[in-house]
Amino acid sequence: MADMIEVGAARGDAPPPAASAARRGAKSANRVGRATPYLFLAPYLVLFTVFGLLPIVLGIYLSVHQWDFQLPNRPFVGLDNYKELFSSDSAVFGDWWQSVRATAIFTVISVPLLMVVPLGLALLLNRSFPGRTFFRAVYFAPYVLGVAVIGLLWRFLLDANLGLVNRLLGVVGLPADTPWVTDVPWAWVSLVGVTVWWTSGFNAVIYLAGLQDISPELYEAARVDGATAWERFRHVTLPGLRPVLLFVMTTTVLASANVFGQSFLITQGAPGTETRTVVWYIVEQGLRNNDAGRAAAMSIVFALMLAVVSLANFRLFRYRED
Amino acid sequence: MTTPTRTAPTHPLRRVGLYAILVALALVFLIPLVWMVITSLKTYDGAQRIPPDWLPDPLSGYGYQQILTNSANPVLRWFLNSMLAATLHSLLVLVTASMAAYALARMRFRGRGVTFALIVGTLFIPPTSLIVPNFLIVDSLNWIDTLAVVVVPGAASAFGVFFLRQFFLSLPKELEEAAVLDGANQWQIFYRVVLPLSKPALATLAVLSFLTNWNDFLWPIFVLFSPEKLTLPPGLGLLQGSYVTDYPVIMAGAVLASVPVLILFVLAQRHIIQGVSRSGLKG
Repeated sequence: MADMIEVGAARGDAPPPAASAARRGAKSANRVGRATPYLFLAPYLVLFTVFGLLPIVLGIYLSVHQWDFQLPNRPFVGLDNYKELFSSDSAVFGDWWQSVRATAIFTVISVPLLMVVPLGLALLLNRSFPGRTFFRAVYFAPYVLGVAVIGLLWRFLLDANLGLVNRLLGVVGLPADTPWVTDVPWAWVSLVGVTVWWTSGFNAVIYLAGLQDISPELYEAARVDGATAWERFRHVTLPGLRPVLLFVMTTTVLASANVFGQSFLITQGAPGTETRTVVWYIVEQGLRNNDAGRAAAMSIVFALMLAVVSLANFRLFRYRED
Repeated sequence: MTTPTRTAPTHPLRRVGLYAILVALALVFLIPLVWMVITSLKTYDGAQRIPPDWLPDPLSGYGYQQILTNSANPVLRWFLNSMLAATLHSLLVLVTASMAAYALARMRFRGRGVTFALIVGTLFIPPTSLIVPNFLIVDSLNWIDTLAVVVVPGAASAFGVFFLRQFFLSLPKELEEAAVLDGANQWQIFYRVVLPLSKPALATLAVLSFLTNWNDFLWPIFVLFSPEKLTLPPGLGLLQGSYVTDYPVIMAGAVLASVPVLILFVLAQRHIIQGVSRSGLKG
């Protein structure tokens, strides 16, 4: 407290002599007091500590315990929950790796499409023409709807008998009885297709901002040098977009790897549990089967897998820069 | 964002080609949404025809009547719950994130670097991997099946603080310095000078937070149980479970959940799109 008063006095705005010491202290504390930054931070830090940091610590703690919500004893089991994920004779091995496989399939197919399709949309929108803002809004619109709406809607559109997709295919003379949501590989086509439809506008908007940061002079110079449209794209647009490409790649990989709602609502895991994803399996283990310990271990292994993939992304893009 | 760098194609034929592509793509994005509305206006029998009718025949309010009157699926209640949750969540994010971001952007204090690093660090942790421990935490707070459980925990997200800090750093310091000379304290500077200057950024964050909360599905399906406590996304899941292939009813529910965010999108398009592109460039 004395410190604060000192600072206040040093700033040359000492209160009139009539003011009490207490009031003086409080007032100068407001100005430049040591407590001020912490008071500003406090409300957020409370939330951040309880729901941002504590769950990380708690997750690590849970992962080394056998933790059932319904049992009073929650014994320490060391790394058993982790080992089970890697030993083929454990109860969870098969389901866990199947969910990893499902997530990997979805990610590997969806990420390239979610990189390329939005880039095409952005290039299309990156010129001036009447109605540009309107089209940008239309392409972005599906993204503002939640996965629950998207899931219900596409479950219906992809219905083999009553759905619009097969109806339209029939109209143009293609097979009209594809089991889009109940059999593979169609289920994968559906999940990826819906995700591309749903989120392309989002990535396109990010690309668009990146494109506008590329200096028009570079295009002009390339044109003067007689570069074709493809050469301008290859040697001006792509290098200019590199940081944006890295950002889009990283966030898209993370978003795809965390896929849940689409398979939960559209394919409902079908056929069997073949399209059940990692996030789905983890929450099912942890919250439906009351096995928080195993679920926590899976979460951590999964987060580490994603960290490795993200690092690989950074390496890949840095490599190209050299 | 508003000044395209490339010049428009000059040849009229190229222009026609451009619009043909633009319109075809627009149809791909819009037809599913239009089909949702069309189906919500069919009768049960009308929606069961194979192949499906292009237009409702007869036109019917059956779907909407079901969701508004069937007490097993209190859709209006879910709608109000969602509205309340998303509004409160968005306010909570605005208040807590703006104060924290201001301290991190403009004040010098011990631990600032560490605090900011911790907050940004959590941006790299997939939120889905924290769901199980977070469930335990809200359970021990006795928040399961309450409004708080869908309002509060999400506000711990680092995004708002990060986003506003970047914005505050871009503001000129002169106005704040002038306010100091006028004898304003930190709170007054924040409240009277910085916040009014930050209206665009605050609006963007408010809209994005509202959308995120309105659409959240994974968390509420595990922490809300009673039919009268649900928000719309888990409610829609319940609706699908009980109506299965009664598509007019399910689509009516989907329309009801879409209308507010589509209206919000039309009104706040600039904020949403700027928010998304800014988070991309500075993230």
